[in-house]
Amino acid sequence: MSEPREFTLRIRRYDPQSGKAASWDNHTVSMKGHNSVLDAILQVKDDKDGSIGIRCSCQQGICGSCAVRINGKPGLACSTHLQEAVVREHHGGEDGTITVEPMGNMPVLKDLIVDMDAVHWKKIRRVTPWLLAKQPVPEREYIVPHENMIDVTQTMACIQCGACVSDCLSMEVDPGFIGPAALAKAYRFVGDPRDAEHEERLKDLSEDEHGIYDCTHCFNCMDACPKGVAPMSQIMRLRRIAGSDHEIDDRNNGHRHELAFVKNIKKNGLLHEADLLPDSYGGKLHPRAVPELVSSLPTVLTAMQRGKVTPAKALLHQHKAPKEVKKIFETIDGREQRVELNLYISGIEDEPDRAPHTDRPTPLVPPAPADKSPTFEEAPADKSPTFEEPDQPTGPDDSESEQA
Amino acid sequence: MKVAYWPGCVSRGFTPELHGAMAKVAPLLDIELVELDRAACCGAGVIAEHNQELADTLNARTFALAQQVQGAELMMNICSTCQGAQAECQRRLDATDEYRAHVNETLSAEGLQYERGINNKNFLWLLVEEIGLDALREKVKRPLTGLKVGPFYGCYIVRPVRRLGIDDENPRDRYLQMVIEALGGTVIDYAGVYKCCGFPIVTMNKKASLTMAGRHIGDALDAEADCLVVPCPLCHLNLDLQQPAASKVVGRELGLPVLHLPQMVGLALGLSPKELGMSKHVVRPKSVIDWSTSVVAGAGAGW
Repeated sequence: MSEPREFTLRIRRYDPQSGKAASWDNHTVSMKGHNSVLDAILQVKDDKDGSIGIRCSCQQGICGSCAVRINGKPGLACSTHLQEAVVREHHGGEDGTITVEPMGNMPVLKDLIVDMDAVHWKKIRRVTPWLLAKQPVPEREYIVPHENMIDVTQTMACIQCGACVSDCLSMEVDPGFIGPAALAKAYRFVGDPRDAEHEERLKDLSEDEHGIYDCTHCFNCMDACPKGVAPMSQIMRLRRIAGSDHEIDDRNNGHRHELAFVKNIKKNGLLHEADLLPDSYGGKLHPRAVPELVSSLPTVLTAMQRGKVTPAKALLHQHKAPKEVKKIFETIDGREQRVELNLYISGIEDEPDRAPHTDRPTPLVPPAPADKSPTFEEAPADKSPTFEEPDQPTGPDDSESEQA
Repeated sequence: MKVAYWPGCVSRGFTPELHGAMAKVAPLLDIELVELDRAACCGAGVIAEHNQELADTLNARTFALAQQVQGAELMMNICSTCQGAQAECQRRLDATDEYRAHVNETLSAEGLQYERGINNKNFLWLLVEEIGLDALREKVKRPLTGLKVGPFYGCYIVRPVRRLGIDDENPRDRYLQMVIEALGGTVIDYAGVYKCCGFPIVTMNKKASLTMAGRHIGDALDAEADCLVVPCPLCHLNLDLQQPAASKVVGRELGLPVLHLPQMVGLALGLSPKELGMSKHVVRPKSVIDWSTSVVAGAGAGW
């Protein structure tokens, strides 16, 4: 067991009702490296300053109450070891100070407590977070394919802590964005064969200007989540099912952009940017595209003036996809069913902690459930740390489950 | 060292100066580039959004072509997005023999096979891990003394942390800062270093996209940066090409030059801004050019 050592906590203090600006308090605690940041905050609260506001309950990474920003990254205070917290911020926190702030993207109620109702829960309610069961309801239980159940288990692992919401970069500039936690929750029902309203749910989330196409692929939610929910992967699944299975032609150009990109690469092999923009709006002459192209004109003209783009380069397709590449598109687009490898289900060979369930076969093509949900098999990776090996800090993200 | 070189699409499209700069810088660093000119787009996450197997197969093909390059030590790219999108596909391809065999079946029509475990590194990683900062320092002819550079990574090269192999041994999320310092420059820390340029949603939500770009540029200006440096041409499109539009969206004057990583390295290694294609930038890199003419005796900017 490690010996106690000194850690300095730098806690952000703010009471919006006081009328005073936010400030920072420094407190030094003597604790072991495997103690949690929450242990340290509670000790400071008990011994030095009882007025520090922090929300917590289970202290075991289950209830999701104590998410805060620790050295710049969101996480559960109860599940972050002090020794891990010290080096948390892009390998730059060597001075030993642990900065604890409230989560981002939500208003602060007091100190480390944010208003989850105003943002997080409001967005969760937005996605109709309950099952709209297929009718007629069977007399006995519904039978759901094993793969589908494991698949949605990933999103069911969410403990509603808000860590992903805190650091969502789209929400930072567009507070209306439905966001990672709520969209992961939406996939929990779109991926569930018992739900009757997949298409309606997807249409709603595609057409909303703050819906699935507002995600900018920044991966912050993947690293933020303490439970391996991988919200961005769930958003990509929603897009894939909305576009490829239900062919929802949304007003945000989301599906058109995807199709324009795929067509562009099939034709040219490499991206021909000059075509991508108009095609994403429905084609050069489409009423939607014209104002957009006109507004882009100054940008295009500057690019030409600088020699970045020449008229010939913009108009001619100098690069053609090799016939082998075209063949790949034809082969794969021609399959009756999409083949997908969901690493959450399949696991990873050679990585014992992520190995697949051995009691299940691993079919390449899924047994054709209602909406072509992911394939393969396997083991959910819960990132809740255990405190059994105090000298081994848990890594930052060890179950980023790939998008499927 | 010899590398199988994947330049990506945009470096040969709307940021041709990046491709040109890399070609100029490589020999100075003893890198032999064997370009993968038959390979196709990595998909930038969008093809995977359409059909995951398609993205995996296209990238497996690129990897297979790289593995055919005789004597190449690894595959190198110059685009954060390629790095991230390819790493994601590689993770699936390397995960199970069964899936890899399935993808290889498609590639076999062309006589290609991807073998598990390709080593694919962005130029940034290669600089630090293969060439080494000490060797890089020795090659500097015109240190970036007094040049204040804000690093801008691009999402795909810093997240997810584990997939990209970022840990204490390889602090890849500090490499830009380390390279700027090795070249003699001053690192500017600002709010946007690890944020998103907004490019992926520019056709879906232009306002949000350009707000991202505009804010990060504004934050860097407030921190008194002379320029930004990016290892990703897609970030360059939103931060440089779209900067005038971003300026309107965020309602403030901007005007911050954005360098591609090979351009910054090339400047320090003695190449002229013109050779490095810096005349092709939308935001004229005046603050950078002034720097290079003023501090280096006899090494004109060639502007």
